[in-house]
Amino acid sequence: MIVLRRLATALPVIAGVIVVTFLLTRALPGDPAVYFAGPAATTQAIEEIRHRLGFDRTLPVQFLDYLQRLEHGDLGTSLTTGQPVTTELLTRLPASAELMLLALFLSVAIAVPLGIAAAMRPGSPVDHVCRIVTTAGVSLPTFFTGLLLVYVFYYLLGVAPAPLGRLDVFDSAPPQHSGFYLIDSLLAGDFETFRAALGQLVLPGATMAIFTLAPLARITRAAMLGALGSEFIRTARASGLARHRIVFVYAFRNAVLPVITTLGMVFSFMLGANVLVEKVFAWPGLGSYAVEALIASDYAPVQGFVLMMALLYVLLNLVIDLVYGLVDPRVRVEA
Amino acid sequence: MRRRDFLKRTAAAAGTAATAGYVFPARAQSHKDTLLTLSEGGPNNLDVMGVGTNRPGYEASWNTYDRLVTYGVKKDADGNDHYDSAKIAPELAESWDLGDMSVTFKLRKDAKFHDGTPVTTKDVKWSFDRAMTIGGAPTFQFAAGSMQKPEQFVTVDDYTFRIDFLRKDKLTMPDLTVPSAVVINSELAKKHATDKDPWAMDWLKNNEAGGGAFRVEKWTPGQELIYQRFDEWKSGPVPKIQRVIWRIVPSAGNRRALIERGDADISVDLPPKDVAEMANDKKLTVVGSLIESALIYLSMNVKIPPFDNVKVRQAVAYAIPYQKIMDAAMFGRGKPMFGSPGEVTTTEWPQPTPYVTDLAKAKQLLAEAGLPGGFETTLSFDLGYAVTQEPLCVLVQESLAQIGIKVTLNKVPGANWRAEFSKKTLPLLANVFGAWLDFPEYFFYWNYHGQNSLFNDMSYQNPAMDKLIDAARFETDPKKYDEEVEGFITIAFTDVPRIPVFQPWLDVAMQKNVTGYRYWFHRQLDYRQLAKT
Amino acid sequence: MTATLRHARYVLSENPVTAFAFALFFLLALCAALGPALAPFDPLASDTAEALTGPSAAHWFGTDQLGRDILSRIVVATRLDLGIAVTSVALAFGIGTLVGLAAGYCGGWIDRIVGRAVDTIMAFPLFVLAMGIVAALGNNVANIVYATAIINLPIYARLSRSEANVRRNAGFVEAARLCGNGEARIVLAQLLPNIMPLMMVQVSLTLGYAILNAAGLSFIGLGVRPPTAEWGIMVAEGASFIVSGEWWVAFFPGIVLMAAVFCFNLMGDGLRDIVDPQRRT
Repeated sequence: MIVLRRLATALPVIAGVIVVTFLLTRALPGDPAVYFAGPAATTQAIEEIRHRLGFDRTLPVQFLDYLQRLEHGDLGTSLTTGQPVTTELLTRLPASAELMLLALFLSVAIAVPLGIAAAMRPGSPVDHVCRIVTTAGVSLPTFFTGLLLVYVFYYLLGVAPAPLGRLDVFDSAPPQHSGFYLIDSLLAGDFETFRAALGQLVLPGATMAIFTLAPLARITRAAMLGALGSEFIRTARASGLARHRIVFVYAFRNAVLPVITTLGMVFSFMLGANVLVEKVFAWPGLGSYAVEALIASDYAPVQGFVLMMALLYVLLNLVIDLVYGLVDPRVRVEA
Repeated sequence: MRRRDFLKRTAAAAGTAATAGYVFPARAQSHKDTLLTLSEGGPNNLDVMGVGTNRPGYEASWNTYDRLVTYGVKKDADGNDHYDSAKIAPELAESWDLGDMSVTFKLRKDAKFHDGTPVTTKDVKWSFDRAMTIGGAPTFQFAAGSMQKPEQFVTVDDYTFRIDFLRKDKLTMPDLTVPSAVVINSELAKKHATDKDPWAMDWLKNNEAGGGAFRVEKWTPGQELIYQRFDEWKSGPVPKIQRVIWRIVPSAGNRRALIERGDADISVDLPPKDVAEMANDKKLTVVGSLIESALIYLSMNVKIPPFDNVKVRQAVAYAIPYQKIMDAAMFGRGKPMFGSPGEVTTTEWPQPTPYVTDLAKAKQLLAEAGLPGGFETTLSFDLGYAVTQEPLCVLVQESLAQIGIKVTLNKVPGANWRAEFSKKTLPLLANVFGAWLDFPEYFFYWNYHGQNSLFNDMSYQNPAMDKLIDAARFETDPKKYDEEVEGFITIAFTDVPRIPVFQPWLDVAMQKNVTGYRYWFHRQLDYRQLAKT
Repeated sequence: MTATLRHARYVLSENPVTAFAFALFFLLALCAALGPALAPFDPLASDTAEALTGPSAAHWFGTDQLGRDILSRIVVATRLDLGIAVTSVALAFGIGTLVGLAAGYCGGWIDRIVGRAVDTIMAFPLFVLAMGIVAALGNNVANIVYATAIINLPIYARLSRSEANVRRNAGFVEAARLCGNGEARIVLAQLLPNIMPLMMVQVSLTLGYAILNAAGLSFIGLGVRPPTAEWGIMVAEGASFIVSGEWWVAFFPGIVLMAAVFCFNLMGDGLRDIVDPQRRT
């Protein structure tokens, strides 16, 4: 019930996204008809191509045509790669998703303990170090962090593998089940490929994780401080419960709620950072696809990308709301 | 307490090291019979005659399709292999008989396409008819060699092919060596043709139907292209490399890092600074070849004031900081096209102009033109070539400011560049043009002729110039030819609608164990001659 | 007023990191104000003979690929970057807060429309939206400011909306209504000052994000036009020289950019501590 209601409220948002994207991409400079007509084309040839591709129709007509095609799941064809947008988006989605999920995992694994540690000793050097380290991470442009990591760990130290994308040239992808190389290689029992894929994921994942440490650590710290200062914790302490039990079993469970809500915001942060990181690491994901298309004034991929991202975002918020509802009994009771 | 901390810390360190060792597996050795090449962008179409096929697409086509003929090879000044434009060599055609108004080719009888079908003249006819009919770049390219009607192509028998000439044109034979003149497996293509798409444009975009030395094993657009050697290739010596992997790496810094660390074998589009340093380091082999018939220049639109005044154009020509550009933008990897001592005395093209950096003279000319206070304008350039064009434009902007010309820079993204400059609305722009066929009249036909092609970004239309170009194109008398060519070059320099700055090099960096690199006029890599020792 | 200052001083003394952040901010503001007067060289003057020389006595931060002094360019860029950040945040804050306040206070259809509009903007991957706007309108400083303002608007709208919602029927609002204050006056004179502290915190965080946004756009090629000196574009251009060993071209602008964003972030935390003891983190 809640799911349906949330989806209903999301519909006008999706509609808004479709319209805005359409208008924005039509406002991009560049003339696809000239591009298609090729070099040494006469103005007549260009007009012909323009008519053939339907670019000479009025905007409302083009929009209706776009909507019709959308109904059939046809997101158009990319000018620059010549492939149907839907296929490309679906092929590239696992690459981006795998990267972002790993980055999220890394980020949570570092930020949450840091936040807890800082909350347990507020005002101490640990607290200040936590604040400085996480804020430093979010203060550098992501592409710079990425390039620095490549320079230090690949070029200077030779520890990391070459930034050539998801897999080294001489490795082949595991048989496709989910599109996530880590999962698929484990399913196939292929540990070599698992290691190779993981190795390629570490640097770009770390770059994105560094960028998202700050908000997570900050929220964890604030939430933990709030939880640790509350009455029931005071009671637990007075009752003589062991320290780590108080912190992890009672305080943390309550502090985790705002952290979950922040994950949504963090994820959208990541979508923004994704574009730059994928460019640096030659990662064949959605971000690099969208950037190349945008620079080339290639309508269809940009529209398709934004639509997909918006849908993902709506879905993600829905999932977070549901998880929140599951974790927090108060929400359930109220609803 | 201290000991516990120490133990904790060492355990953590050991743990990290172990994880690092697990997570970053040892590098696999580069395989001897596989070549890894890197570039910034990849092909957008496997069909050289496709709509909007880009330069990387030409590379894919060159290596996977055959043409009737090709060029021979010679050594350049540095001892590197260079295609020989004076020698036409057999490829698919074993021999030919060049007559006065026609040429008859004899195809080799043992050539096969990748799917095993024998190559016969019906495939040549289908492919060339296709080029004539689909319009766009291939039609124009064939027309440049006076091949303009399908009736000119005659299949005499299964292995004999004749091309009838419309007129005597010295460019006809060279025009058959260009990337566009491929021979496609017509049977295979026709199987995928439809009523709406009789030439199988859609299918050939993503699939190759060739008989060249390599076949496409796998193509992931925007990511990589993997080739496998075609062992039954008969049109030349079988390549030594068995497998070629072409990876797209957008970041130039990463490409350099990969080559320097030995994780890639060869790369073509590295920035001139990196190439200059790698050439000095001597850890890699760097080959720089002067690109014939190519120029990097500044164009002024003669229809947009104040560039309609020749004195203004000359003033700008004297205000370009030529040497600074050679140093800071090109790092010396180009041939200066300025500062010639005097008159035009050869038909060599490109050749340097007599202009040098002389700000006093530039100011004087501006005053003579009636603009002593200067004026404002916009300088546009292609973001896709930003590595050299941006420093060039910034230096030009600074220099022009010193004679009172206030310039705003306008970066145009690569995919929009052609559309932008072909509109002929840009007053001042930095551009590059490279011709496949190395003849001055060919270059001038595309760039200076009043037919006002796309590439005539100056909108220059001068009947005197046109007369000389038209005459030179079909001139048979060598003495008259020299006069005509020197004539139109002189007009180009005095009228100066376009200011040549330098002639670019094509720089290729490769590991020391990669041999056999040959420079081709199309500036793409030919894997057929490469080997790894 | 003095009580706040005393409290501020107390917080700063408790928290040396925050004090450092404020000091850094004043230094940056000074740089921006004095601008070109502080630069030892002309930031646009190229000197190709001196290109890519490392830090030295003559050029403290070295020179870039066209021989321009990096220190001068960084100093001059301070004005541009702070200008971009402050203008775009001011726009986002001004429009977003007012719209959000109106929505939260009035409720009804205004609330619904504003809510949907804000959700629509937030449904876009924000950086891609900024890229799209700049690509469509052209890459100059004005458009970068507009694009950054648009993508930051929703945060302010949402924040002020929820705060206004909470305080809609509070005592002081009722009192003001009884005194005969019009709705608009209540929103501007009563609600706005009340939520100001919280918004100030958000403003300082967004300032940092605006600078990073401009840097990201420069990396893609949609940033300010050359030869304008701007931290982000200096880092983006310098990045290609890291591998060849000319680390200073990207390092110094990168450090200064990082310091500025760092300082804004820490200031945000510090402001939170000063203005709202209940929400101290």
